[in-house]
Amino acid sequence: MSSSGSDIARSVGAYAEKTWQGGEFFLRVEAHRRQYDPAVSTDNAHDALPAWSLDREAALATSLRSHWPLRNPREWAWGGATGAGVRVCIVDSGVDGSHPRVGAIQGAVAITADAGGELVIAPDEEGDAFGHGTACASIVRGLAPDCEIHSVRVLGGELTGSGPALLSGLQWAIDQRFDVINLSLSTTKSRFAPELRELADQAYFGGCLLVACAHNLPVPSFPWRFSSVLSVGSHAGHDLFEYHVNPSPPVEFAAPGVDVELAWLGGATIRATGNSFAAPYMSGLAALVLSKHEGLRPFEVKTVLRAAATNTQAAT
Amino acid sequence: MSVPFLSAEDERLALLQSVVDLTRTVFKARACSVMRHDVSSRELIFEAVSGEGQGSLAGQRIPATTGIAGWAVAAEEPIAIADTRSDTRFDRDFAEQTGFVPERLIAFPLLDGERAIGVIEVLDPQVRERDSVDDMNVLASIAVHAAAVLTLVQAARAAADPERPPSPLNALERALQDGAPAQREAALALVSALETLLKTTG
Repeated sequence: MSSSGSDIARSVGAYAEKTWQGGEFFLRVEAHRRQYDPAVSTDNAHDALPAWSLDREAALATSLRSHWPLRNPREWAWGGATGAGVRVCIVDSGVDGSHPRVGAIQGAVAITADAGGELVIAPDEEGDAFGHGTACASIVRGLAPDCEIHSVRVLGGELTGSGPALLSGLQWAIDQRFDVINLSLSTTKSRFAPELRELADQAYFGGCLLVACAHNLPVPSFPWRFSSVLSVGSHAGHDLFEYHVNPSPPVEFAAPGVDVELAWLGGATIRATGNSFAAPYMSGLAALVLSKHEGLRPFEVKTVLRAAATNTQAAT
Repeated sequence: MSVPFLSAEDERLALLQSVVDLTRTVFKARACSVMRHDVSSRELIFEAVSGEGQGSLAGQRIPATTGIAGWAVAAEEPIAIADTRSDTRFDRDFAEQTGFVPERLIAFPLLDGERAIGVIEVLDPQVRERDSVDDMNVLASIAVHAAAVLTLVQAARAAADPERPPSPLNALERALQDGAPAQREAALALVSALETLLKTTG
């Protein structure tokens, strides 16, 4: 173990020592989790990582063992796949289908309030007011060029806050049985957690892979913490296919989320940073896997993605 | 009796101004602003500005339903953006009022418990030795401080609102200062009782 790893281990105590063996990466991740997750500990850890992002250098230096019985799991997982036949839903601020990095989208609805104040689904007449949903869609499209992209707008326009509209939009997306639902959002409002957990279970048992980004701040938020979703934090790499398994969940995967090039409003291309841009990387990869292996259940997709992760050592 | 620190609106705003001034200095940015989220009007209101727009933007409103700052509040998530000039619509409201469009921008929500009460924006940060992740880390700490100050500002304004039903302490204060003789007598009796309580409890 390096001295830096030992220092971190000392700072978080014996707990980190017994979590995983032989890797600064694991200690760093665990130290980070203990620092920011109030459910784990309030000990002082000294790691400088932001909430739920990954020390990429440490991750690259360490490999997890895989029991996957293939020498080249990536080729098996998505080799030759384009996303064709897979329906991906972006639950976000809307999607601009006229952006060349997104291309045509197959459907767009928005949560709106009817005359009585009840939330209902209606065709999205306003489109993306923020740019965020368009950005997420462009990342999915970059990985899975032939997948279908659908949009459910739960933010922007008359929609404020992250509670009821998010629940309604997610419920609708699950009811449509999309193969992959990308949720680069979360809510900090704990009163919505039970219903979100129920929706996440619905998605899981219904065969919808719910991909959710971890919050960027060290605050409790949902639904990314639930085991039925595929949760994503970020790392600072820029390779489209570089992603890591986190051995210390609740964040399960780390994908590019720092200075990511993506589509924005007005046909623009910008660079942006945030865990919300890491989630659509995993959604795009999941679309590739499902394109090549139709009918995989969410837990099977997770297993395949774990086996093909950058920091997973293939079985020999 | 001396005036307690931060008892006046201009003192509280001076504290908020110090937050944006400090943030602009730390990031060597062209501008930094704190905006308050007005939920009822779905707008963001400039409360303090340092650098570009300072002296002219305070009190100005922009929609909370669009733009990077609007996103940070709506999603309760920070976001860092670069290469913004390729989008002619980028933060148009701010640009129209300040005369410049930033190339880089970080927007961080100001959270009070489970509510986003505002946003702090750093425009064109120039500290190149840090990457975006480090910027986010630094601003995360500042945002906690800014949120606490903004909460203080809002609470003080709410307490001073003449249309707001008086709290027991407000009622006590008013009775002592302007009350009818019977009210003043009752208030003094209460204060006397409190003094006795404090003495007997050490």
